[in-house]
Amino acid sequence: MKYLDEFRDQAAIEACAKAIRAVVRQPWTIMEVCGGQTHSIVKHGLDRLLPESVTLVHGPGCPVCVTPVGIIDKALDLAARKDVIFCSFGDMLRVPGTRGDLFSVKAGGGDVRMVYSPMDALALAKRQPEKEIVFFAVGFETTAPANAMAAYQARQQNVRNFSLLVSHVLVPPAMEAILSAPKNRVQGFLAPGHVCAIVGYAEYEELARRFRVPIVVTGFEPVDILQGILLCLTQLEESRSVVENQYTRFVRRDGNETALRLLREVFTVVPRKWRGVGEISASGLALSDAFADFDAEKRFGLSPNSADESTECISGEILQGLKKPPDCPAFGSRCTPDQPLGATMVSSEGACAAYFRYRRFQQQRADA
Amino acid sequence: MCLAIPGQIHSVSGDDPLTRLGKVSFGGIVKEINLAFVPEANVGDFVLVHVGFAISRIDEAEARRTFEYLKQAGEAEELQADDS
Amino acid sequence: MTTPDVPFGSCPLPHSNASSIMLGHGGGGTLTQSLIETVFLPAFANSALSARHDSAVLEVNGQRLAFTTDSYVVRPLFFPGGDIGKLAVTGTINDLAMAGARPLYLSAGFIIEEGFAKSDLAKIVASMQAAATEAGVQIVTGDTKVVDKGKGDGVFINTAGIGVIETPLTIAPGSARAGDAIILSGDIGRHGIAIMAVREGLEFESTIESDCASLHAPVAALLRAGVDVHCLRDLTRGGLASALNEIAQAAAVGVEITEREIPVDTQVRGACEILGLDPLYVANEGRFVAFVAAGDAERAVKILRGEPVSFDARMIGQTVTGTAQVVLRTAIGGNRVVDMLSGEQLPRIC
Repeated sequence: MKYLDEFRDQAAIEACAKAIRAVVRQPWTIMEVCGGQTHSIVKHGLDRLLPESVTLVHGPGCPVCVTPVGIIDKALDLAARKDVIFCSFGDMLRVPGTRGDLFSVKAGGGDVRMVYSPMDALALAKRQPEKEIVFFAVGFETTAPANAMAAYQARQQNVRNFSLLVSHVLVPPAMEAILSAPKNRVQGFLAPGHVCAIVGYAEYEELARRFRVPIVVTGFEPVDILQGILLCLTQLEESRSVVENQYTRFVRRDGNETALRLLREVFTVVPRKWRGVGEISASGLALSDAFADFDAEKRFGLSPNSADESTECISGEILQGLKKPPDCPAFGSRCTPDQPLGATMVSSEGACAAYFRYRRFQQQRADA
Repeated sequence: MCLAIPGQIHSVSGDDPLTRLGKVSFGGIVKEINLAFVPEANVGDFVLVHVGFAISRIDEAEARRTFEYLKQAGEAEELQADDS
Repeated sequence: MTTPDVPFGSCPLPHSNASSIMLGHGGGGTLTQSLIETVFLPAFANSALSARHDSAVLEVNGQRLAFTTDSYVVRPLFFPGGDIGKLAVTGTINDLAMAGARPLYLSAGFIIEEGFAKSDLAKIVASMQAAATEAGVQIVTGDTKVVDKGKGDGVFINTAGIGVIETPLTIAPGSARAGDAIILSGDIGRHGIAIMAVREGLEFESTIESDCASLHAPVAALLRAGVDVHCLRDLTRGGLASALNEIAQAAAVGVEITEREIPVDTQVRGACEILGLDPLYVANEGRFVAFVAAGDAERAVKILRGEPVSFDARMIGQTVTGTAQVVLRTAIGGNRVVDMLSGEQLPRIC
């Protein structure tokens, strides 16, 4: 597949790995923000191509992991209603709330359907006017324009039986929270390439300046990630801290103007709770007043207050890069992909699930 | 957040920019994708697709440049190795 | 391992699989396994069942027979490359073939929903007969039940199959051992993707057809040639990854496979890329893996390539002593553990 295979080319990967080894003189800690990047790193074993002195920390770039329990509970509530068809991306179906997950609601008779696109949910609403179709609108800035379009077209076409349960989160505030944490060890970032395809990267320049960290907008294929790491390490070695773009084939500094315009019209910035981290101001998106009719929480009269976060699961510390999954005493024993205690184990992008699947092999080899 | 894959536009339909759709091919399978966010994209272009929407059009020159840079880095390494 | 600063309390979440069956229990992964281990095996305990092979191998008056049963609940009923009827026949034949048996007779029980179109039923039955004739088996007995509208989802088909084992070999997971060669009969992921292409919410255009097919011919070819076959397993739901994990666990051997050797059709790959699926876990209905003595590997691949349904057979790896897990050598030279999934693999956006 063109523009995919080239960036998985073995010779190019080796060239990058070599260049990285040549540039590194001292230990560095880098965070890759996006869950998709974590997936790629662990799936291809990229971090083992890096010198020992480079530590990669997995950041909170997985909307599944950071969606608060309270929102999941609202989703479960809506999905259980007889008149509702609850539509969701596959990722969210196994994320545990307080009383189970969407799959268990389905087992109990709820109409829960998986879709590839929010437009599929809108199409369903048009086909089944006698039901209420609710779409679980989660994700970062990458997914927000698609969800915005669904709401926009619903309003334009006067589709009355369609609404969104919104839990969008924004990346820069999360990065700021990480950088501001007293125990922060992260010295450089690989910024999420697909988020930046939408919003551009001007926003990150202030972060780089204020906290003096290099931020490299990075893609997702092995070559992209290694090249992003190389650029980041080069900056660190040269004591520079600017925003660089590795993912130039798809990302421009100003982002996608059409998408941003729609986002500004349909959504508004609000404070959001992040699972395991707590509330961060101006870190989320909610439907704007003009689109309040399509807000599922308002339509179904759901209480604005949500369940308290339990603090037992250490997902929060893992999401902030303060701990690695093996640091958790339940990891691999009481907490496994089969029986997850928190979202980082449920989500296939979650740091814990990724570790469980791909790392145990190394652990066993090391222990032997 | 971030599963987005490049595909090639095979055909385009619709006049309204917001509902402009394209048949996009991914290794031979074709899916109808919303092109509202890439008004500049046309048949033959490669676009990045996420949840049924094209979110960016590829800059082919940049794609080549990324690759050239890597090839050069690889060659430079080999030269250095030869010198040492 | 360092001790974390925060105290770890008891699990705040009641686990959701406690009291009722979920779709994941039918996925072919660890949930299915645990259901079998905790509910069915203890209740029905006997040695044939505990061999945990696709078919039960029984001995009657000195003749070894293979006996199997299967149920078919696939949706949609008609898909590119086949339908529930064809699937029912080939699937049952394959279970018998995987025990090294020559398939002979099938039964077919139908549970039909009130209101189901007779013409659809006729099509399904015609498919079944065509598949049976092609494989040289007969459907000799059956049953029909009709359930109220709303209780049946169109039609469900249950089958049983019986075959005769004419090889002296004991072809079973327990016969696989360290040092075996692992041969895959062809490219993976076609059935799962063909189904997804027509499933609501995930539609796309493709020319992918299900690989749904009988596998008795390639198996018979291997046995006729005297290849030292230790174990056979057809790939179904759960994909190549699940089949290999099951054998690894049953035989207590490690499995090492090489990504580069595993063929995946371009369209299947394209679909997997956009849906975020790993082809290793996508369903198949006309592919199998064979664990053979290392010395026979080359010969076995050649023989398989001479059969239409296994024309693209490859050697993809080997068994090793060690932990019973599957390790994949990736295309870029890394290694990763290919785990058993708990439920079914879901498309993702993240």
